[in-house]
Amino acid sequence: MPSFVIAEKCDGCKGGEKTACMYICPNDLMVLDPNEMKAYNQEPDQCWECFSCVKICPTQAIEVRGYADFVPLGSSVMPMLGTEDVMWTCKFRNGVIKRFKFPIRTTPEGAANAYEDLKGKDLESPLLSTEEADGYEMPKPQELV
Amino acid sequence: MALPNKPKGELKAVRDPEFEEREVDILIVGGGMAACGAAFEVKKWMSDDQSVLLVDKAAMERSGAVAQGLSAINTYIGENTPDDYVRMVRNDLMGIVREDLIFDLGCHVDDSVHLFEEWGLPIWKKSAEGKNLDGKKGLSMGTLKSGAAPVRTGKWQIMINGESYKRIVAEAAKKAIGEDNILERVFIVELLLDKNRDNQIAGAMGFSVRENKVYLIKCKTALIACGGAVNIYQPRSVGEGKGRAWYPVWNSGSTYYLGMRVGAELSMMENRFTPARFKDGYGPVGAWFLLFKAKTLNGLGENYAASDAAKAELEKYAPYGTAAVTPTCLRNHLMLFEMKEGRGPIIMDTVTALAELGKTMDKKELKHLESEAWEDFLDMTCGQANLWCATNTEPEKKNSEVMPTEPYLLGSHSGCCGFWVSGPDFDWVPDSYKIKADNGKVYNRMTTVNGLFTAGDGVGCSGHKFSSGSHSEGRITAKQMVRYAKDHADFKPDVDWNQEKVVDYVYRFVRNYLDHCEYTTADDINPNYLKPNGMMYRLMKATHEYGAGTATFYQTTSKNLEIVMEMLEWMREDCEKLAAGDLHELMRAWEILHRIWTVESHLRHIQFRKETRYPGFYYQADYPGQDDENWFCFVNSKFDPKEQKWDVFKKDYIKIIP
Repeated sequence: MPSFVIAEKCDGCKGGEKTACMYICPNDLMVLDPNEMKAYNQEPDQCWECFSCVKICPTQAIEVRGYADFVPLGSSVMPMLGTEDVMWTCKFRNGVIKRFKFPIRTTPEGAANAYEDLKGKDLESPLLSTEEADGYEMPKPQELV
Repeated sequence: MALPNKPKGELKAVRDPEFEEREVDILIVGGGMAACGAAFEVKKWMSDDQSVLLVDKAAMERSGAVAQGLSAINTYIGENTPDDYVRMVRNDLMGIVREDLIFDLGCHVDDSVHLFEEWGLPIWKKSAEGKNLDGKKGLSMGTLKSGAAPVRTGKWQIMINGESYKRIVAEAAKKAIGEDNILERVFIVELLLDKNRDNQIAGAMGFSVRENKVYLIKCKTALIACGGAVNIYQPRSVGEGKGRAWYPVWNSGSTYYLGMRVGAELSMMENRFTPARFKDGYGPVGAWFLLFKAKTLNGLGENYAASDAAKAELEKYAPYGTAAVTPTCLRNHLMLFEMKEGRGPIIMDTVTALAELGKTMDKKELKHLESEAWEDFLDMTCGQANLWCATNTEPEKKNSEVMPTEPYLLGSHSGCCGFWVSGPDFDWVPDSYKIKADNGKVYNRMTTVNGLFTAGDGVGCSGHKFSSGSHSEGRITAKQMVRYAKDHADFKPDVDWNQEKVVDYVYRFVRNYLDHCEYTTADDINPNYLKPNGMMYRLMKATHEYGAGTATFYQTTSKNLEIVMEMLEWMREDCEKLAAGDLHELMRAWEILHRIWTVESHLRHIQFRKETRYPGFYYQADYPGQDDENWFCFVNSKFDPKEQKWDVFKKDYIKIIP
């Protein structure tokens, strides 16, 4: 189910600091044709259909067409990624449309507590930093053979 | 590989790339869950004069196996005990596992899950009335850490709204380690040993897939956490669909290659994972079995797994086969039996399952149930959702086929291949499970190479870690690496490799291309070189036909293995003639080399273990059935980098937990 780029909608992220799809693709598939200033998927048969490029594209220029090997034509699955939720629109071959909304995170983006000031004390103990801070005690096997 | 009518590879490779040399104390190779765990933990223990660098071949925000998201965390101990966790993993993996590693992981994994929730991962909760609340509504019940009840599917799994799971975990990791200590889009292709100290890791080399630049990074200690191996066997879909692997298609066995090439001992590389998944889309089945209580039927509509014949078959593999939860490989074994007997295909009866659940539900709850079923796919396998849409499949109205996939190699899911690593330094851990470094100390999760650590898919004999366990294992290694670097403060890594030698080695596939590409009119076909795409097909065909792939219902024989070993030798030789015209292709060239070596170790182990320990995953037809008398042991192997020779041997299994 390789991703494809709609020529009319893609502007090559010319206003941004990086080409979004090229930045995110975990398999290095999305590339920018600098002459056309359009992105494309350079190796569709290595696409995992992870939708990372679809979700990140600022102009919604990227969609996915089912793998020719086994997916009949006519359907589509499209996400709209917000800051708290993702909205999915699932269109069936027979025209049925289903919409779903799921939470994606419960804190503002960038707010993850990385415990940057936490310093571990005992390098020789088996405890991880936050376990040590919590006063966690390592369990031992209840019984040995 | 590129689209027709487009320039091939926008980032052309040049003959003489830039070169950069760095030196750090601690090097983290990888960016997935385990590497993110290491990145989160490492600075908590480092002193001000120590340095660290993380190198990821992709972008951490969406790299590794969790890039797409996940709909569940499969390891959360909670109200259970690490002892029971060991018993579950041991049974699923047919008895031969490292109980010290599994127990240790069980002691730490919940701390990572609690962090995920604090960072913003939505985790489902049980309401006071026992109803399921999604991760947003469930906030009102408090956190897991404060005692709120998760929504359990099986005994160990908890449900999440995990579309952004990796983004959240990567955010904390990047903040903790610092953006200045991260190199993204750099592919590490080889590790280096120290030239003065025997069996001591001293660095790594790699290249950027964004600019013509080669790196030599020296270090005192390194973590290899680059996932498992995918696209090593011919997949069931061979056109565009070959990217629709169950595990991420970009996992190229680099963890195993990097470690084995410097002589780190591998363990249980014969153990593969062949998951049964929704056919073609490879959507997860766990929630259907555990949350929706669905059954699989054969083509005749029979619940074959409950038949007397199935029970009799499972008896043969007691005590594993007769345990309350049937091991994953044996569930496949029963499925394959039906298919071979002409009673296929195997069908997941979603219709009956949802109808049964609907009996006690009102309309709103029923709607929510439908949504849960779709989210299971949309969170982690969007393509399966599209396949349902394309085939007009509403799971309450139409059932779906289930099918075992092509084989994968990994150490974090229901498989346990990887490196032989040191257990923790507790008095209850047998001495033979502890690896002593040059200074006589034991460093948890260190491989047999001094200073080289691994986590997640890299640690052998310890499956069922999944995302959360891989993260906490990465954290364990980070602390141990800081300790190792501190204990070796006077060690100055030095390698026998200078700029010219490194560049010549890493860019030799580019030189092959540039030296010969003018010879023919179409640059993919040239007698002087081979493109990585062609080598990929050669590997897939060989494993498919000889190495117990889907072509033979996962069966191989001693003679088949003998033949494929010769083919692999030729493949390794021919890899010296790989050609890469652009940086993407250079990545593919190195990846296929990593895959070939990984497969060779897998098949050498299968060749050595003269029994069929994991029916349903693979069959050694010359040695059917389990042979506990001779083979109730680990199989380990070591590639000697000096002698360039393989050694495969037995290692004693020691039972620790009753």
